[in-house]
Amino acid sequence: MLTFKHLSKSYVAGKPVLTDINLEIAAQGITAIIGPSGTGKSTLIRCINRLVEPSTGEILFDGEDLARLSGAALRRARRHIGMVFQEYNLVERLTVMENLLSGRLGYVSSWRAWRRRFPPEDIRKAFELLDVVGLSGFAHRRADALSGGQRQRVGIARAVMQEPKLLLADEPTSSLDPKTSVEIMELLADFGRARGIPVLINMHDVVLAKRFADRIVGMSGGRVVFDGPPSELSDTMLKQIYGGEEWLQ
Amino acid sequence: MTTAAAPTNDPSLNPFARSIWPKVGGALLLVYVIYACAQMQISWERIEVGLANAAHFFGRLFPPNFARWELLVKGLLESLQIAVLASTLGIVLALPIGLAAARNLMPAWVTWPARVVIVMARSFHPVIVAILFVKAVGFGALAGILALTVASIGFIGKLFTEAIEEISEKQVEAVRATGAPFASVLWFGVLPQVFSRFIGFATYQLDSNLRNSTMVGIVGAGGIGGTLFAAFQRFDYDFVCAILISIIALIMVGELLASAVRAIFIDNVTLRDFIRLGGAGTRERHLEDD
Repeated sequence: MLTFKHLSKSYVAGKPVLTDINLEIAAQGITAIIGPSGTGKSTLIRCINRLVEPSTGEILFDGEDLARLSGAALRRARRHIGMVFQEYNLVERLTVMENLLSGRLGYVSSWRAWRRRFPPEDIRKAFELLDVVGLSGFAHRRADALSGGQRQRVGIARAVMQEPKLLLADEPTSSLDPKTSVEIMELLADFGRARGIPVLINMHDVVLAKRFADRIVGMSGGRVVFDGPPSELSDTMLKQIYGGEEWLQ
Repeated sequence: MTTAAAPTNDPSLNPFARSIWPKVGGALLLVYVIYACAQMQISWERIEVGLANAAHFFGRLFPPNFARWELLVKGLLESLQIAVLASTLGIVLALPIGLAAARNLMPAWVTWPARVVIVMARSFHPVIVAILFVKAVGFGALAGILALTVASIGFIGKLFTEAIEEISEKQVEAVRATGAPFASVLWFGVLPQVFSRFIGFATYQLDSNLRNSTMVGIVGAGGIGGTLFAAFQRFDYDFVCAILISIIALIMVGELLASAVRAIFIDNVTLRDFIRLGGAGTRERHLEDD
C-alpha cells in the first residue's frame, strides 16, 4: 500500500536526517514510529505528503511515486492523505465548522471555497463527524476558544473529512494530558479501523505506542533499527533505540 | 526626599555611575538651539510682534460665521467623498499588492515589483502627490482621490505585507496538507490570520484619508481645503473658523466610526454593546493560550 524505497533526506548537504529508509506499510492497521527527538520521525511523515521534500528515494502510494509529484498531481495525492499535527494546526480564527470543511478544500474549487459554498453532503458529514468526536454544538465556536483535547478532536475530524486513504499523525498526543492522550489515540485507531485504512503515527510515549499499535517501527539516527509487533519490543531493543538504560528504571 | 543609599566614591562600586556623554550631548544641543534662534532672528521683540498679531487674528476668528453653510456642506461632502473613494480604491488595490509583496508566500520575482510599488507610493507626502495629480489630470476631486489612493496603497500595503510575513506557518501547512489549491490556502490558511489586522489598517487609513482630504484642496485637488484656502485669502476669518469647527466635527465622526468598525471586527463586540459602552471599554480581551 505505502512503500518507502531507499528514502533519504538531508536538510544540509552531508548531514542526512533520514538514511536509506525501506519500509512497507500494510493496507490496514496502526503503525507507530518511535525514536528519540531529532531522529527524523517528523521528517519521515512529512515526506509522505511532501510538506518536506525528500532528497532521494521513492515513496510509492496507490501506484504513484509521491516523491516525484508536483502541482495539481501532488494536490490530488494530498487530498487522500489526512494529517493530524502535534500542535493541532487549526486555523485559529476560523470556526470549528470552517476548520472541518477545510478538509474538503482539495475537492472544492477556490471560488466556491471563497464564498463558503461547500456541497450540502460535506456539511452534513461535518456535523456527523462532530457528533462522533464528541463536539456536537461546537460547530460555530472559533477554534481559539477550544481546549487542547477539543482542538485535537477537530484536527482529527478535519483529516477524516478528506476521506483519506491514509492517515498520518505527527505526535498527536505530545501536547495533551495522559487521559486525553488515550482518548485521542482511541479516536485515531477507531477511524483507521472503521475506514480500513493504514494509520501512521509518530510518538514519544512508548507505553501508548505498545498499547495501540499493531506494528512498531523504531528509529535511531535517521535509520530504522526495529520493526515488528509491540510484543517483540524488548527493553534491550528500547536501549538500542533511545540509548542508555537509566531511564528504563 | 531621602537618599536611598550612601554614594560611594569608587566608580566601579557605584551602580548608577553616569557616562559623561549625555551631558556633553545636552550642552551641544543647547548651544545649537541658541545659535539657530540667532541665525533666524527669533528675538523677544519678534515674538511680541507675533503675539500681538495672533491676538488680532484670533479675535477676528470669533464668532464663527455659518452664513455660507451651503458652501461649507458642499466642501465637506466633497472631502468625505474623496476620503471614502480613495480609501475604498486604496484598500482594494493594497490587498493584492500587499499579498504579492509577502516574501513567505511569493517568489522573489513577484515580491520585488510589489515592494517597489509600495516604496514608491510611500515616498512622497500626499500633498506632493496631489500637486502631481493636479498637474496630470487637472483641478478637482479626481486629483485628490488619486493622491490619497496612492497614499493608502503605500500605508496599507506595507503594513499588510508585514502582517502576512508574521503569520503562523503551522496553520498554513495544515491547509496545504489537505490538497487545497493555492487560492484556497490563501482564503482558509492566510487571510483568517491577518483579516482583523487588515480591518485595523483600513480603518486607520480611512481616518487619515479623512484628515488629508480636507487638506488636498489647498493645492486644488478638491474638497473643503479649497474653500478654506479661499476664505483665508479673502481674510474671511469668521468663515475660516466655521470651516475649522466643521472639520473637527467631521474627523470626530470619522474616528467614532473607525473605532466602531475596529471594535466589531477585532474585539468581537456587537454594535449594540459598542453603543451601550459609549465606544469605551472595548479593549478588554480574553487571554489566548498558545
